Amino acid sequence: MSTVPRPPAVRPKYYDLNLLNLPVPGLVSIFHRVTGVVMFLVLIPAVLFIVEGTLGSEAGFNRWKAFFSEPLAKVVFLVFAWAYMHHFFAGIRYLLLDVHIGIYLASARLSAKMVLVAGLVATFLIGMRIW
Amino acid sequence: MVKRADRTPVGAHYGWQDWLVQRVTAVIMALFSVVILGFFIVKGSIGYADWRDLFHGQMFRILALLFMLSVIYHAWIGIRDVLMDYLKPVGIRLTANVVVLLFLIACAIWSVSILWGR
Repeated sequence: MSTVPRPPAVRPKYYDLNLLNLPVPGLVSIFHRVTGVVMFLVLIPAVLFIVEGTLGSEAGFNRWKAFFSEPLAKVVFLVFAWAYMHHFFAGIRYLLLDVHIGIYLASARLSAKMVLVAGLVATFLIGMRIW
Repeated sequence: MVKRADRTPVGAHYGWQDWLVQRVTAVIMALFSVVILGFFIVKGSIGYADWRDLFHGQMFRILALLFMLSVIYHAWIGIRDVLMDYLKPVGIRLTANVVVLLFLIACAIWSVSILWGR
């Protein structure tokens, strides 16, 4: 008896890229991933670069201070502040889920909404502080 | 019946060691973030002297480096997970992993040079 190689199974693929169709925990999750990648690519080297520049000399410190007084720089700063705060709050939610706090659907959806709101509120407060 | 895995967190390499490191580094970063945020809230406006004095303290330098090492280890695990999801060919994935690792190690060295190199 010979065995005929089977063709690979056709599996369903889900490529709905419309984020609005995601349930809120899914939105929190994809934002967690995207903010993580963005912080890896941009924020880590940028923070090192800026901290190095501000510590080098008073002139360097003042240059960066002047740079961040520009409205456009503030907006970019706030985008990264949101990335940090969202990643922070979403991460705390995952830590709580790890210890089985809020694992049922209703509470998981509620906490996901709280994470989205907390990230935005924190960003708003930081915005108030820097403007 | 599922047999319960007989593994301890302090044992040799199991897949979930990285999982655990991801959580521990997250807690370290969260605590440091709150402390730093507190510093900025308490101080209000920060001048060069405050900023320089903050980074002058040996204790702060050590804490800052621990934070950066947490960031770097955390980023390594996270980015590796992301790469595993999207890059399937082994050669490309390995290359990407090496690039990410070298970049992160460079960032660690850079951090030390910023904190102690002046």
